[in-house]
Amino acid sequence: MYENFDQIHALISQPWPWWMGGITIGTTLFLLLYFGKDFGLSANLRTMCAADGAGEYSDFFSFDWGKQGWNLMVALGAMFGGYIAANYFGGDGMAHVSQATVETLNQISQSDILTVETVPIIPGRDIIHGYVPDFWNLYSWSSLFTLRGLIVILGGGFLIGFGARYAGGCTSGHAISGLADLQIPSLVAVIGFFTGGLIMTWLILPYILQIAI
Amino acid sequence: MKLFKYMIVGFMFGFGMWKLEAISTFRIIEMFHFQSFHMYGIIMTGVGAGLVITRLFKTGKVKTIQGITHRFNDKSHEWWRYILGGIIFGMGWALTGVCSGMMFVLMGSGHTVFIVFIAAAMLGTFSYGYFRKYLPH
Repeated sequence: MYENFDQIHALISQPWPWWMGGITIGTTLFLLLYFGKDFGLSANLRTMCAADGAGEYSDFFSFDWGKQGWNLMVALGAMFGGYIAANYFGGDGMAHVSQATVETLNQISQSDILTVETVPIIPGRDIIHGYVPDFWNLYSWSSLFTLRGLIVILGGGFLIGFGARYAGGCTSGHAISGLADLQIPSLVAVIGFFTGGLIMTWLILPYILQIAI
Repeated sequence: MKLFKYMIVGFMFGFGMWKLEAISTFRIIEMFHFQSFHMYGIIMTGVGAGLVITRLFKTGKVKTIQGITHRFNDKSHEWWRYILGGIIFGMGWALTGVCSGMMFVLMGSGHTVFIVFIAAAMLGTFSYGYFRKYLPH
């Protein structure tokens, strides 16, 4: 019995191959449609604003947000999923990126601190997966109190919240649900996501990460 | 129980995204440098599965739990919002390496600083709602 559990645990803890994306996303989409809902996580941000009384400032937030409780539960579930995956099925805790990416990352940090075996899945220390080089320790409270970390965390959050609502959806709402429904507006939005992503990754991010204050 | 089932769906999604490394900034940087198929594989198989599933529900071959055919809303043809909003979202996605679903997963993963990220995202959403009438759509 315990041997079986160990085998299953070891199997799940391995890094998952890309095609598991089809199964994970497919199951999520199927179940939500089966329950009569639409898959789209960024809508929660609007709900959370409305629940905090933003309706006083803009009609955009005057809607029956109580009916959106189900989507908040999806987000809460995702939070638990992250907790269990990180703490019990984290495997080696590495991102397993390609050699080319390691070279790109080292170029950005102007050092040779990372190798294929040592690129962590998350650029920040947590309780389990100890070591992250200081340069890449972005997701931490100490990083928040540097200009660099402040831009990465506050700036990224703001742009995502603003952009997702402006575009009417995010990666789940447009890139998955919208494309799967052959919606041309979603295709335009996804092309926008990639345009913005390429501009940031190639032209802006390397300079932001090099800010030393 | 009515709402609990959604938590299970979210749990599977969050768990899967963590294990698929889709929550990893480094995977996002890799994707935008076209250095691996991994993220594209996730999106493509996800959309592929989604196409079949959406067809099944749209044609009524699979009914919802309420026994009715699910109604899909066509997206409006306001092109500017998709272009401009899309670019802004994409820039945020690449800046932190996190999108709006993954921020919840990372928060659960023990990176409590994401409470600030989520607050910033709410502020972003609020700003959109507030300035909406001045923006091209």
